[in-house]
Amino acid sequence: MPWLVAFMVFLAVLAFALAASMHQVAGRWDKGARGTLTVQVPVSAADDGQALAAVLALLRATPGIASAEPLADAQLAALIEPWIGPLAAGDIPIPRLIDVRARPGARPDLESLRVRLGAAAPGTVVDDHRAWLGRLLALMRALEATALAVLGLVLVVTVGTVIFTTRTGLSIHHEAVEVMHLIGAQDSYIARQFAGRALALGLKGGAIGLMLALPALAVIGALFGRESGGILPEVTFSFLHWTAIGAMPLVVALTGMATARFTVLGSLSRIL
Amino acid sequence: MKKAADDNIVRFENAGLRYGFGPEVLQDVTFALAEGSFHFLTGESGAGKSSLLKLLYLALKPTRGVVALFGRDVASLARPSLPALRRQVGVVFQEFRLLAHLSTFDNVALPLRIAGVRGSEVNRNVTELLAWVGLKDQMKARPSTLSGGQQQRVAIARAVIGRPKLLLADEPTGNVDDRMALRLMHLFEELNRLGTTVVIATHNVSLVERLGHGRLHLEGGRLTLGAPGGAGRPDKRPGAEDAAGSSGLGASAPGSPGRGATIDARGVEPAHPTAQAPVREWILKGVP
Ligand SMILES: Nc1ncnc2c1ncn2[C@@H]1O[C@H](COP(=O)(O)OP(=O)(O)OP(=O)(O)O)[C@@H](O)[C@H]1O
Ligand SMILES: [Mg+2]
Repeated sequence: MPWLVAFMVFLAVLAFALAASMHQVAGRWDKGARGTLTVQVPVSAADDGQALAAVLALLRATPGIASAEPLADAQLAALIEPWIGPLAAGDIPIPRLIDVRARPGARPDLESLRVRLGAAAPGTVVDDHRAWLGRLLALMRALEATALAVLGLVLVVTVGTVIFTTRTGLSIHHEAVEVMHLIGAQDSYIARQFAGRALALGLKGGAIGLMLALPALAVIGALFGRESGGILPEVTFSFLHWTAIGAMPLVVALTGMATARFTVLGSLSRIL
Repeated sequence: MKKAADDNIVRFENAGLRYGFGPEVLQDVTFALAEGSFHFLTGESGAGKSSLLKLLYLALKPTRGVVALFGRDVASLARPSLPALRRQVGVVFQEFRLLAHLSTFDNVALPLRIAGVRGSEVNRNVTELLAWVGLKDQMKARPSTLSGGQQQRVAIARAVIGRPKLLLADEPTGNVDDRMALRLMHLFEELNRLGTTVVIATHNVSLVERLGHGRLHLEGGRLTLGAPGGAGRPDKRPGAEDAAGSSGLGASAPGSPGRGATIDARGVEPAHPTAQAPVREWILKGVP
């Protein structure tokens, strides 16, 4: 029983940490992406920067847009390199990219912007990152939901285990329960004996689980930080998060206690 | 025909009891016990003594007829009001039913703890009573390490520790020697003098005869000798089972009252200073 609770708390802490991290990452990406656009201007041999200049001028004149900066060639090359390898200038025509930032809170009208930019320089693409970010965000949210489901499952399994343990305890201590009942113990008095025991076991198991979960959390955090190479924004837990994690054993133990109490009361109500 | 309901601490009217779909093990049982009375409940093995006691300590409700305890019809009582009633009834079970995982001390302390008595008071009362029943040195022992007679004394101590209004004992002297049996009987008598109504189921006819008191006799689930309305008629003696071995009881009882069984009709008598000092003190101090 204490080891089972320990395992449950261990799982609960990890699931909670995952859910909280995903929530944070998704939130940051969502917020970060909301204010940025990337505009792609095709280049052609005949063109020597006129299209780019026109698009830039148009963008900078658009209300709600804070800045529009073309990416330097070196930056572009660095972006592309992982995908197609190093390339010499002029190998293939690479569209110019413009990094656009909106003023905080402003939401430029993308449709009219597309039309106007298209007119200034045919083939210009305005990308608000929705497409790929949307999918990534959906993945994050799914992970978060899964983690929360695991958390819920942990509670359900805890309740189920406690019911089972209490039932077993009741049948083992059937004689003691009946004698206490016959010498005038209130149901609540008898239930208290079992609930108290469940609480003690729950706290003990919970403490063990938490003690195991914290180092695991640290290890996972370190691994992620190194492997993701900066793709994932850094996750920091607030005081509230830590409080929730610290409270996990307590929640599980209290759940166990309440479950034991109701199990005993239910079975006692069947005798006179 | 009957006294006022208040005078009778127990009243049975045509009570019947069956276990499940089995035959009636108690049939048309009618009697009443006046407050402060002392009765022996006799009958052959299987006559229904333990079953009748179960009705008295509210382990079962009658399947027929009326059982009233402390003036209240058991059938009409809501479940939450039963524990308070049970605490007024002390029971020495035939099989003792001590809690195996608790020490002697904790077993005896249990009724007080259930009733919410303070810790220091529990300690004092339990220690005193255990000393008196000769278990001073076994306070920490588990029931399984005690002899049958010792277990029985623990069971009796647990039954009387809360100074119940009604004391029921199912064969309480079966496992102890004559001297201890007599000592325990005197404890019961002392409690009876202070107002506790006592019912003792026993096969020990010589004990019954020597101590006198009222008599209820069961034969095949029917009461053939009873206490209608609290007026016991302790005359008929079913000599079916005679425990010839247990002679000598009562003869040397210090301050043996030798009361007639009709005492039960008179109700509470003033206390006599017969019991040994410590237990008298304990009894008189009482427990809230
Ligand atoms: N729990 C039970 N379920 C079914 N039948 C029972 C139960 N307890 C007792 N009986 C039956 O009820 C009848 C009376 O039993 P009871 O235990 O009241 O007798 P008793 O007078 O106390 O006997 P003894 O002197 O041997 O203790 C018996 O026929 C017994 O088989
Ligand atoms: Mg019996």
